[in-house]
Amino acid sequence: MITVTVNGQPFKIPVAADTPLLWILRDHLKMTGTKFGCGMALCGACTVHVNGEAVRACVTPLSAVEGKRVETIEDIGNTALGKKVQEAWLAEDVVQCGYCQSGQIMSAVALLSKNKNPSDTDIDAAMSGNICRCGTYNRVRAAIKRAAAAPAPVKAKA
Amino acid sequence: MTNKLTASPARREFLKKSVAATGGLVIGFYLPGAHRIAEAQAQAAKPAPPNAFLRIGKDGSVTVQVKHLEFGQGVMTSLPMLVAEELECEWSKVRAELAPAAPVYAHTMFGMQMTGGSSSVVNSWDQLRTVGAMARTMLVSAAAAKWKVDEKQCRAEKGLVLGPGGRKIAFGAIADAAAALPMPEKVALKDPKLFKLIGQPTKRIDAAAKGNGRAKFGLDLTGDDIPNLHTAVVRRPPIFGAKVKSFDASKVHGIPSVTHVVQTANGVAVVAKNFWAAKKGRDALEVVWDLEPGSKASSTELHASYHQLAQMPGAIAKAGDVEGLKGAAKTVVAEYEMPFLAHAPMEPLNCTVRVSEDRCEMWVGSQFQTFDQGTAATVAGLKPEQVTLHTMLAGGGFGRRANPALDYIGEAVEIAKQVKVPVKTVWTREDDIKGGYYRPMYVHKVTAGLDAGGKVVGWDHVIVGQSILAATPFASMMIKGGIDATSVEGVSDTPYDIPGMRASLHTPSNGVPGLWWRSVGHSHTAFAMECTMDDLAKAAGVDPVEFRRGYLAKQPRVLKVLNTVAEKSGWGKPLPAGRARGVALHESFGTVVAHVAEVSVEGGEIKVHRVVSAIDCGRVVNPLTVVAQVEGAAAFGLSAALYGKVTLKDGVVEQSNFHDYPVLRMNAMPKMEVHIVEGGDRPTGVGEPGTPPIAPAVGNAVFALTGKRLRTLPFRMDEVA
Repeated sequence: MITVTVNGQPFKIPVAADTPLLWILRDHLKMTGTKFGCGMALCGACTVHVNGEAVRACVTPLSAVEGKRVETIEDIGNTALGKKVQEAWLAEDVVQCGYCQSGQIMSAVALLSKNKNPSDTDIDAAMSGNICRCGTYNRVRAAIKRAAAAPAPVKAKA
Repeated sequence: MTNKLTASPARREFLKKSVAATGGLVIGFYLPGAHRIAEAQAQAAKPAPPNAFLRIGKDGSVTVQVKHLEFGQGVMTSLPMLVAEELECEWSKVRAELAPAAPVYAHTMFGMQMTGGSSSVVNSWDQLRTVGAMARTMLVSAAAAKWKVDEKQCRAEKGLVLGPGGRKIAFGAIADAAAALPMPEKVALKDPKLFKLIGQPTKRIDAAAKGNGRAKFGLDLTGDDIPNLHTAVVRRPPIFGAKVKSFDASKVHGIPSVTHVVQTANGVAVVAKNFWAAKKGRDALEVVWDLEPGSKASSTELHASYHQLAQMPGAIAKAGDVEGLKGAAKTVVAEYEMPFLAHAPMEPLNCTVRVSEDRCEMWVGSQFQTFDQGTAATVAGLKPEQVTLHTMLAGGGFGRRANPALDYIGEAVEIAKQVKVPVKTVWTREDDIKGGYYRPMYVHKVTAGLDAGGKVVGWDHVIVGQSILAATPFASMMIKGGIDATSVEGVSDTPYDIPGMRASLHTPSNGVPGLWWRSVGHSHTAFAMECTMDDLAKAAGVDPVEFRRGYLAKQPRVLKVLNTVAEKSGWGKPLPAGRARGVALHESFGTVVAHVAEVSVEGGEIKVHRVVSAIDCGRVVNPLTVVAQVEGAAAFGLSAALYGKVTLKDGVVEQSNFHDYPVLRMNAMPKMEVHIVEGGDRPTGVGEPGTPPIAPAVGNAVFALTGKRLRTLPFRMDEVA
């Protein structure tokens, strides 16, 4: 039995240690905001944070996150930065089908947490692992810049 | 297939209202005969009859049932806008829900409930404004009756009915009384000059839920939604048309959580309590295939045979006298090659089904709801009315979720029927890329000539490619005289006034399942048309924009789009060294789009820096959607132009996932600027028309830069070097 902390809550997971984190989240914890797109870390739809780093949950075995902090799209709006990014996403009317957007937002938050004012090149480097078939890339870029320029919120709502 | 296209049910429909179980006013279009069912359902403690279009709650909330699939194109926003405009409610009170499959939600032009042909707003334009106007009229009447004043002294505004002497009442407070009134026989629709919402940039209703993980796509159904939900993963044939000879599941059954292994018409399904176990089970499954009935097609051989066919005219799609070519001063002869393309929507295909003896319930992001309902009924051995189809949000589709074949719908029902537990059948990305139903491969041969004055004197256009419609129930409707309209659209109906133009079609078959892919035939015809126009401009020594103008004298609308894109892109103005522009123009789905692409060629790669676009899509409902769709459609087409290619060798698909079927990523996305050319009283298509002209715009820019004409998609850099 492996224990993993997801969005601040510890869970004991009774499945094989080689099961990818993605399917732990989706099938066992019923947190379906993290998406399945390729299963090979090629599209970024499954991006989550593990100890603050963006990782592709589809190729991350449960054993690799034992005792670590996993954060998903369901909870990212409870952080100041996550909330700011989500608001920027709304302001730029980014989404179309929306399926890739959980991953886009998780990658964007990870980028902005390390780089408060990313250049276009920085954004390309951080975001090119996230595929969007609707072609919302320019709006994703605009939303990241908007979030970077936005003043820090006074306090994130719980 | 038992489904048949019916005559437009719109004519047989009449408006009906009822009181919702929870109170309030409900407006729908009921079919005669379906009447009793609808009322019974209304009483079944549901919030509203499922075939209602509009529900006004006592709290003033306005809920619009969206009859089309939402898969990015924005119908959950644009369709409610049509209702709200006439209803005069506050936009902030409007909610959108995806409607289930029901005949009342049939497309008003195509007679079945479906999403395609860039027609969701187009076919709803009158219908949903009428729904809004009906409701408003009844609310006003009810208020006037309550106040005992003349209706003419009352009007609706911002969710209130206003009457003489400062009287006012909220919609929610009068909705019950309105529901008790007879339906008005006729309502007048607003003068477009008075539109308050239509034409205004309106943010998407579904945006917040798609940014916080709460939006529920088909793939997101779990045991919390459907108790005891299992997952199926299917091993399908290694080549199209192969059949299961036998299978050995002995290594599968030991895998924890695997519950069933069942054969289907097209493979073997492993069912488990979760996806990972089902996938592990599939990996451990051993299947012996009968390859005999399968297709052994290879792309290289298909291309060779298509090029050979292209040397002779085929069945005539556009009759024209090409004799003028014989005396042409200059002749351009070229062959174009376009590959099979996968749709590769971000959400892999899936379909959730629960079957009992006398019912089938399904949850799916379908573009073909009533059709899929029929497919499910056939497979389950039930009547369509015994099948409930809940429409889920879909993570893209691009045509892949509109399949008249059994495909993923029939398969999912087959599995659920056998295992007798609710099952979600999930495709992996590999299943998707290898799964067929591709945009077919095409070859075009164009012979076009100019006279000594640089005017076109003949254009002989031969198209070779399999028919998408041939094996479908649409064949009788859309294949005339051996011509599948979707193979030649964009050539046979070009807006250019080209003298002596003939278009013909060869329709070989190859055993590889084909399907419509965003913009259908236009996805290949625009490339051949617009590259040829550029070649002719060059041969005539005329600027490409100016050359096109010469053939658009009778097409003021098309000309205006061309002129707009030329002006906005700075056509003709100098660019930094190493860059060039290319233009392309195409009309599809009633809409005209032109792109000007600005490119460079660096390190053996084409870099598209900027795309300026102009679109005339008639009456604009939501300009934000129009701009987003042109951006997205161009990105989708650019993805195919730069990378998209499915190839076969001895029947086996050679690609499998995004590493060998690459798609456009952020670092290759050009800057985009979209200009809407206002025009027309009614809307025309928006979702697809931005796709066709992007590949030729880029190809024409590369030609302007390097003098090399790229005639194969995706672009081959060895042709540039």
